[in-house]
Amino acid sequence: MNGNLVVLAILMFAVTYPSRALGLVTPGMDRLPKIAIDYLQLVGPAVLSALAAVTVMVVVGDDGQPSFHVGIEWVGVFVCLAIVGRWRNLLLGLVAAVVIVAVGRAAGLSG
Amino acid sequence: MIDAVAMSVIAFAGAAELAAVGYVVAGLSWPAILVLTALLNARHLLYSATIRPWLADLPLRRRAFMAHFLTDEAFALSMAHFRRIGRGDERGYWMAALVMLFIPWNLATLAGVVLGGQIPDPSRFGIDVIFPAAMIGLAAGMMTGRRELTAAVVGTAIGVMVALLAGPAIGIVAGGLLGPLVGLAVPTRLAHETAPLGSVVSAEHYSTPGEFDERDEDGPGDGAEPPR
Repeated sequence: MNGNLVVLAILMFAVTYPSRALGLVTPGMDRLPKIAIDYLQLVGPAVLSALAAVTVMVVVGDDGQPSFHVGIEWVGVFVCLAIVGRWRNLLLGLVAAVVIVAVGRAAGLSG
Repeated sequence: MIDAVAMSVIAFAGAAELAAVGYVVAGLSWPAILVLTALLNARHLLYSATIRPWLADLPLRRRAFMAHFLTDEAFALSMAHFRRIGRGDERGYWMAALVMLFIPWNLATLAGVVLGGQIPDPSRFGIDVIFPAAMIGLAAGMMTGRRELTAAVVGTAIGVMVALLAGPAIGIVAGGLLGPLVGLAVPTRLAHETAPLGSVVSAEHYSTPGEFDERDEDGPGDGAEPPR
């Protein structure tokens, strides 16, 4: 690779930055109607939950085809969710998730 | 090493960086990699639109600069912080985006380049589960009623189904777009909002033990409106 990816990194910035900046710099975004503000307040939980679920439930094979995945990661993520929901302690949830997945994989439960 | 550092500093997009390396190794053309990167990062548009009302008072140039650091984690941490205190907080944003993410991410990238080869199979330590677990944990922290819960559950279901049909990047965006629409359909009287944004109970709900007491005197008033 030896420096070739520097150019690719710059190009990746060029295609990523607009989506990061558009909402922040577009005029009028702070004067949206209440329904739009309410909608945007729900985006966080929806997109972060979808991101987590897709990460552990969908894998893309070498052929580029996505497929449903069942594995020990489900348990780790669910336990983390339960800990955060019950005790509001994300750090404890993350530690529990890592331990569960590490132990599960050591026991051969790779999914 | 310069490739990895450039990716982390300039692109600063974890999932896209990892995917790009895989694409390069697989021999994908650069235009194809850029299209996939744009698609994979399209969800940031939702983040920037969502966070904008909280940062509306800041000058345009500063918001434009802040945009580069708006990652999944920066969004989640900042929004949880803003909702907790009931207002936007530039210093809080930089704490999340720069101090807690950008700097550690780049230091970890360097460490990975230098030391990574000495770890034969990092996945056996279960480290990879931290990302989805953190995302679901941060999402749970944003839930204060049935609207958020509905948006999250529906967004998850749609996200996974679309991901299986059209790929993970499209699935995540679809879930993030459509989940809130269904969440909005929950009537206010059924929403059971336990901690309206900007209220004292919201600050209490999100704060860590001890923090609320310190902020109580000059904290947000009960019933204060979120930024509009």
